[in-house]
Amino acid sequence: MNLSAGMAFQILQSLFVVLAAPLLVGWVNQCRAWLQNRSAPSILLPYFTLAKLFHKDAVMAHDASPLFRSTPYILFGCMWLAAGIVPVLATDLPFAPAADIIALVGVFALARVFSALAAMDIGTSFGGLGARREMLIGFLAEPAMLMTLFTAAFISGSTQLTTIVETLAHREFAIYPSLAFAAVAFVMVLLAENARIPIDNPTTHLELTMVHEAMILEYSARHLALIEWAVAIKLFAYMTIGIALFVPWGIAEAGDWESLPLAFAALAAKLVLAGAGLALIETLLAKLRLFLAPEFLSTAFLLAVLGMLTHFLVRS
Amino acid sequence: MDFLSSPLAGSLLVAVGWLVVAVAGLIPAGNAAFARRVAFPLGALAGVALAAFGLQAVWLPAQTMTLPLGLPDLPFHLRIDPLAGFFLMLLGSVSAGISVYSTGYFREEPSGRLALISLQYHVFLASMAFVLLADDAYLFMVAWETMALASYFLVITDHQKPATRSAGFLYLLIAHLGAIAILLCFGVLHGGRGDYTFEALRAAELTPLWATVAFLLAFFGFGAKAGMIPLHAWLPEAHPAAPSPVSALMSGIMLKTAIYGMVRVIFDLIGNVRWEWGLVVLAIGAGTTLFGVLYALMQHDLKRLLAYHSVENIGIILLGLGMSMVFIGFGHPAAGALGLIAGLYHTLNHAVFKGLLFLGAGSILHSTGLRNLNDMGGLIRIMPRTAFYFLIGALAISALPPLNGFVSEWLTFQTALQAPLLQNGVVRSLLPLFAATLALAGALTAMCFVKVYGIAFLGRPREPAHGASTPTSGDAGQMERYGMAWLAAGCFVLGLFPSSFLLMLNRVSVSLTGGGLSEEALSGSGWVWLVPTAAEQASYSPIIFFVVIVVVTLLAFLLVRHFYHGRVRFAAPWDCGYPEQTSRMQDTADAFGQPIRHVFGPLYRMDRRLPGPDDPAPSYALKIEDRHWYWLYLPVARAAEFLSSKIALLQQGRISIYLLYSFLTLIALLVFVR
Repeated sequence: MNLSAGMAFQILQSLFVVLAAPLLVGWVNQCRAWLQNRSAPSILLPYFTLAKLFHKDAVMAHDASPLFRSTPYILFGCMWLAAGIVPVLATDLPFAPAADIIALVGVFALARVFSALAAMDIGTSFGGLGARREMLIGFLAEPAMLMTLFTAAFISGSTQLTTIVETLAHREFAIYPSLAFAAVAFVMVLLAENARIPIDNPTTHLELTMVHEAMILEYSARHLALIEWAVAIKLFAYMTIGIALFVPWGIAEAGDWESLPLAFAALAAKLVLAGAGLALIETLLAKLRLFLAPEFLSTAFLLAVLGMLTHFLVRS
Repeated sequence: MDFLSSPLAGSLLVAVGWLVVAVAGLIPAGNAAFARRVAFPLGALAGVALAAFGLQAVWLPAQTMTLPLGLPDLPFHLRIDPLAGFFLMLLGSVSAGISVYSTGYFREEPSGRLALISLQYHVFLASMAFVLLADDAYLFMVAWETMALASYFLVITDHQKPATRSAGFLYLLIAHLGAIAILLCFGVLHGGRGDYTFEALRAAELTPLWATVAFLLAFFGFGAKAGMIPLHAWLPEAHPAAPSPVSALMSGIMLKTAIYGMVRVIFDLIGNVRWEWGLVVLAIGAGTTLFGVLYALMQHDLKRLLAYHSVENIGIILLGLGMSMVFIGFGHPAAGALGLIAGLYHTLNHAVFKGLLFLGAGSILHSTGLRNLNDMGGLIRIMPRTAFYFLIGALAISALPPLNGFVSEWLTFQTALQAPLLQNGVVRSLLPLFAATLALAGALTAMCFVKVYGIAFLGRPREPAHGASTPTSGDAGQMERYGMAWLAAGCFVLGLFPSSFLLMLNRVSVSLTGGGLSEEALSGSGWVWLVPTAAEQASYSPIIFFVVIVVVTLLAFLLVRHFYHGRVRFAAPWDCGYPEQTSRMQDTADAFGQPIRHVFGPLYRMDRRLPGPDDPAPSYALKIEDRHWYWLYLPVARAAEFLSSKIALLQQGRISIYLLYSFLTLIALLVFVR
């Protein structure tokens, strides 16, 4: 396929991710409401919230620095970039070779550092508290995430996400023990990185427990909207990474335009299941005490390492 | 010989030029303006020239020269090859920024002292150049010791303070322990043949046992200078004691000469690298990395914190070198070259961003007089430019794309991912674990620099300990800013155009080990793409990455502005319904590290005093100390004191007793020597 068609597809796919991400959040919220015997809000509620926030006037603390004002855009840009790297519908992404899985983890780290810095900018006690906790979770989750991705990289002999997905999609349907370990670790990291129960609760504003919400307490209006949107894209990106690594079947191959509708249907079905699964996890589990988070995440890390070692053992 | 076309002669000229500048600073001793206006700018120019010569040398075959100096029959040998060229480039380019900065930084220094600082500073630079140029053990040791002494005198610039003097003593002591090990290593390599040129040492045939002894001596000897554990204790003492440009010079460049020595001796002089050595380097490197960053997180003195980060980064460099040795030992030269390149690339990166960070710390110290993070806050409003440069350095050291720290860590990860090549199953599964250590350290570094930046530059000014508001003299001066801008630009260049440096380092690796990257990697790496092995295995394009992230961020901004509005209202921060908040309620540096203390508690030596429930005057104290002091340094110091007190019994202070000793010695000699 020629490059310009590839570029067009690349841009369309990242736009699709950016626009569809709030829908996934709406779906997760809906499932959670059903599971908790509440009447569910509309699945489109996140879009309404974003529209409302964009129309409001931003309120900012007197001594907010330029860093505080630019961070929402940087976060949004980082997540948009991530949306461009992950193969969602097809593995044919001309931009993907520019950033591999390690760079992808780097993008998430960049976003995390900026949001933590912005949280400390105003100088309230909550901001620092949130930043500190977020970095704690981040440094525990990042190695676990890398080890998970390395397991997949060892299996396919590449750190390009597109190559990994192509290799893994062609394998026969069998359970790889290494991937099974990695999948469990990945789900744990996903929960932690996306501020989900049991590590964090996206709906709480209780000072004893909040992590992510404490960081964005000073944001309002369009800045808050951008951050919320970036958070939605991040969840979408993580879910599609998980899908690409562990259940890649159905994704369109390079140049195979006819199978795009099928890929779209497969992706929708997988995301519906994954969203429901996330809601189920969030309903069944209770939030962990902050200092149990290291245990949770080091378990994830050890599982990922175990997965990698299993790969070496089974292979040799 | 045409001087300008020969990098060796040019580099020699620069080194001698530095010596001349050093001495010239002494002559108009009453005129501090001379050192500031002439000596340091000339030193910076010489640095730029040296960088150009070094760059040229990387692409040329090795050149040698013999100087008719030194002892009779023992002249100085000089040689420049791609490895030396690369390090000369590092020395020249980084020192240029620091010299420019010094022009501004030392503006209030009294005249006599400034002349002395200029003398020691330039002698220090020249001695580092000679270390890199030396081609025999004799010149190498002379330059090495000159370097140690010059930097010792620079460290004790503020010698009126007892803490500075003891920091200097500790530095000198460990530097000399290292020097003895290096000397012994040269002795082992030399094997009694009477020829100390590196050429003869290279040609020496060693048994595996002696080769391993030489390796260990070199590794620990140079490691003492580089600051790897457990020989790192001098770093967090000496760096805060020295003036900031000197800290930048020591941490950015001098530690790198130790890496140079390590690479030169292990890969070049000893040769025949064994994979077991690689495992030793990896184990120490991983320990150094983790230990450095964990202790850095506990510091509240900005310069001590940066010093512990230097320890950490030396560990990262050692991880790259260690992986390289493992791969070369198992006979995979391409993967070995990749590891070596990753290590050397990180050496250059660390020099640039750590130099920048120390200079930033210097500007803070200069403007506010503060080194303790807990007294700072909100500096971004007082010193916005310094804050900008410091942010670049902080992002670079945190290994965030698209800056330079990320590139070298990415290359190290890629080296670790070559592990399936290895024949030995245990080593194969160990390598990814070292990569995991690196990942953990990278994320911890990010946490630490969020802490530094958030506490020092963001938030509101915390009141200093005694209630007075922080006095400041505004942003950094012009020359200081130029120096920082030079290094900050280096962070971008090294981060965005890594391929040209990859090709350069590939040349270093080929000349040193005979092995380079695969053909596919070299043909795949152009301006835009960085390809360490093969394009379908891994690639990274920082420039595309950077452009895309800037474009989408701007696009987001413009779209929001276009479809909505940019209205802002200003208000007081949200106070949770509790209006009496003060700036003292912000997080402090110690509080920020509290989760780490909780998770990694057993690794620290903590002494915590908590107030009781009915304490009338409650106080809270926490002291965290380096464990290495207690298991290594203090026992050794006590043993040394015990031994010397026993030996001191010989010294009675009476002439008759000393005559008796002479008499006994004579008798003994008469018995044994016929």
